[in-house]
Amino acid sequence: MAAGDCTAIAEILRNQARGTMSGKPKLHYFNGRGRMETIRWLLAAAGVEFEESFLEKKEDLTKLQNDGSLLFQQVPMVEIDGMKLVQTRAIANYISTKYNLYGKDLKERALIDMYVEGLFDLNDLLMTHEILPADKKDQHFANMMDKAENRYLPVFEKVLKDHGKDFLVGNQLSRADVQLLEILIMAEEFKPDIFAKFPLLQSFKAKLGNIPTIKKFLQPGSQRKPPSDEKVVDQVMKIFYS
Amino acid sequence: MAAGDCTAIAEILRNQARGTMSGKPKLHYFNGRGRMEPIRWLLAAAGVEFEESYLEKKEDLTKLRKDGSLLFQQVPMVEIDGMKLVQTRAILNYIATKYNLYGKDLKERALIDMYVEGLFDLNELLMMHVYLPADQQDQNFANMMDKAENRYFPVFEKVLKDHGKDFLVGNQLSKADVQLLEVILMVEEDKPDILAKFPLLQSFKARISNIPTIKKFLQPGSQRKPPTRPEEVPDVMKIFDP
Repeated sequence: MAAGDCTAIAEILRNQARGTMSGKPKLHYFNGRGRMETIRWLLAAAGVEFEESFLEKKEDLTKLQNDGSLLFQQVPMVEIDGMKLVQTRAIANYISTKYNLYGKDLKERALIDMYVEGLFDLNDLLMTHEILPADKKDQHFANMMDKAENRYLPVFEKVLKDHGKDFLVGNQLSRADVQLLEILIMAEEFKPDIFAKFPLLQSFKAKLGNIPTIKKFLQPGSQRKPPSDEKVVDQVMKIFYS
Repeated sequence: MAAGDCTAIAEILRNQARGTMSGKPKLHYFNGRGRMEPIRWLLAAAGVEFEESYLEKKEDLTKLRKDGSLLFQQVPMVEIDGMKLVQTRAILNYIATKYNLYGKDLKERALIDMYVEGLFDLNELLMMHVYLPADQQDQNFANMMDKAENRYFPVFEKVLKDHGKDFLVGNQLSKADVQLLEVILMVEEDKPDILAKFPLLQSFKARISNIPTIKKFLQPGSQRKPPTRPEEVPDVMKIFDP
């Protein structure tokens, strides 16, 4: 082989060792929102292109487990910077720090963490709704909307009101803003008039939606996933619960 | 009043404004492990003295809520450095960063986060056990032990085996080590021989337990809480039930 071939082959092998041919982060999950959606939002907001490998049947998960690719045998898993990161918060923390979406000091991080953890709790409620049996859905919906409207959204309306700035923390875009926007859009899908009592959240949503990277992610054809329909729920049950 | 009195009073008022008379962190929770226990462990490991204010009846929780002290109407809440921090992970992240228990760079933090999040998942199973209805407890117990022995402990045994060092990450004490010790001891309470197949975890347990701050926390009379007994569950539920 020519010397150039050897160099090229060495480069390819190095990329493979680093995890992805392209060098882009690679997301392993099913083709739906679930626990990966927040990570897609953060990467998109940071302007980072990423690839996705979708689990479609149980064998896809088993293969990853047998490969030793999943530290605790679970997805989400993201190949990034030579690592196979698992655990939603570990991945989100890494991306946020790397792309400067985590505030400028310890105190800003504490605020961001508090806000984000509240949003994760609400996200859990919204996310589990889809996979509940039909007879549990009504009560769960009522609880979800009650928590959204009376526990979580008022907090963020008040934060924006108290400091009068565009972003939740430190007057710059952070993961708290991105995660709040994600939740606002999901809550609106369940209840279109959810902003009736939250004028500042309404303008927050408009402002954030205009940030170029986020605007791009909100357009059709992006890697943002739609709410899970019956077909996806069925697939999820087969992959993870059979 | 004498000038000295004014200075003293000003100092007292400043301390009150900062949140606690003594300047020590103040933990608000019921007198039991629950979601506050990892926080007690971490403060203790860092050698930080702390005070505790116990919720004993529903009115205690209601008062904190009405005060505006609880961002999302929930405990744990920790008064520290002039803030009222809520959300277990936000509090732990703050303490870990402040007391240098969070690794030295982004990659170490990613490892610590992955390990800690896995331990959180196992801790959820352990923590919820006593609050489950009696007819669900057997199955939960089996699931808890299965996950500990087959999903989580093997990972940490392998981590220690692969690098041969005393601590999980970066050859220095981090919140991952503290939390692993906490979880090992909790599982052992239910199954004393759980470490039979994990010789490196056995020596890890002995080694970390001997660190002076941790050794002190493990002694009777410390602020470490015992397991919640089934007969105590109704009183705890009364505080939190709507």
